[in-house]
Amino acid sequence: MQNKIRIYAALVWLLLAVQAVAQEPPAFDTPEQEERYKNLTTELRCAVCQNQNLADSDAPLALDLRQEIYDMMQAGQSDDQIKTFMVERYGDFVLYRPPLQGNTLALWIIPGVLLAGGAVVVFFTVRNRNRKLAAQHKEGSS
Amino acid sequence: MIGRLLPIIIFVLLGILLAAGLKIADQKSDLPSPLVGRQMPAFSLPLLGQEDVIVNSDDLLGEPILINFWASWCVTCRVEHPVIEELAASGALKIIGLNFRDETEDAQAWLRQFGNPYTMIIQDYSGRTSIDFGVYAAPESFLVDEKGTIVYKQLGALTPEAIEQEILPRIGKQGSMAR
Repeated sequence: MQNKIRIYAALVWLLLAVQAVAQEPPAFDTPEQEERYKNLTTELRCAVCQNQNLADSDAPLALDLRQEIYDMMQAGQSDDQIKTFMVERYGDFVLYRPPLQGNTLALWIIPGVLLAGGAVVVFFTVRNRNRKLAAQHKEGSS
Repeated sequence: MIGRLLPIIIFVLLGILLAAGLKIADQKSDLPSPLVGRQMPAFSLPLLGQEDVIVNSDDLLGEPILINFWASWCVTCRVEHPVIEELAASGALKIIGLNFRDETEDAQAWLRQFGNPYTMIIQDYSGRTSIDFGVYAAPESFLVDEKGTIVYKQLGALTPEAIEQEILPRIGKQGSMAR
């Protein structure tokens, strides 16, 4: 009995320990700050494992960069300042939301163009079909 | 007429797009460094194994240098090592080793095993300076001119070709690595 309790206690402690590890970085003063931190780390790409964001990556560099972001937030830096810090070092590529500028113009415009093109195609297809149907209807009734 | 050609046109365009994608697939993960053309980040770090000797980035100005980020845990650095040694032996320029995120003993053991081609080795234990340089892989090498401007960055191992075509022309030297 005594032993069982000990084992359970150990298990509970083990669980707590796992949580403590998963819970880096250290606590934030306000929930808003934690939210900001979450947003920032999910919006920034990890340069090492390029299809992951900083929040999800286990790469040592991502760990350091998360710490860096945390420190900058604690120092009162704005989101823009933190993003600029990252872009100055790793380039626009680290932003999952690229800025609208000369070399990203195509990126921003092409989806709109495709959507508009699709709308035009749909419009003409539907109109043609309606006309054909109307014509058939006329033939049938006359 | 155009209705019949349309699928063919779309097919050809798609083919061109995919071919272009394949062509750049090899370099797609290479990020162009925003630091090229800019002043190198300032730092103040100790020499490897000599914690009381501090080197400032300004101390390095006055001649072109190659800053080579390496670590004992970096496998590609071993592949690159003979090339660095050859470049050092040619005397074309000073090569500064920047050992980062590494234990001093490990780094020193590595040097004993493979040899030390560096003019000096600066230690960035925390990796903070490597972040300022935007280093995200190892090895990475930065060619810095005499005024401290980064003029070229090599991502991954230096090759004789890269030295021949990218490094030497930028410091006004040619052919010393030719075989």
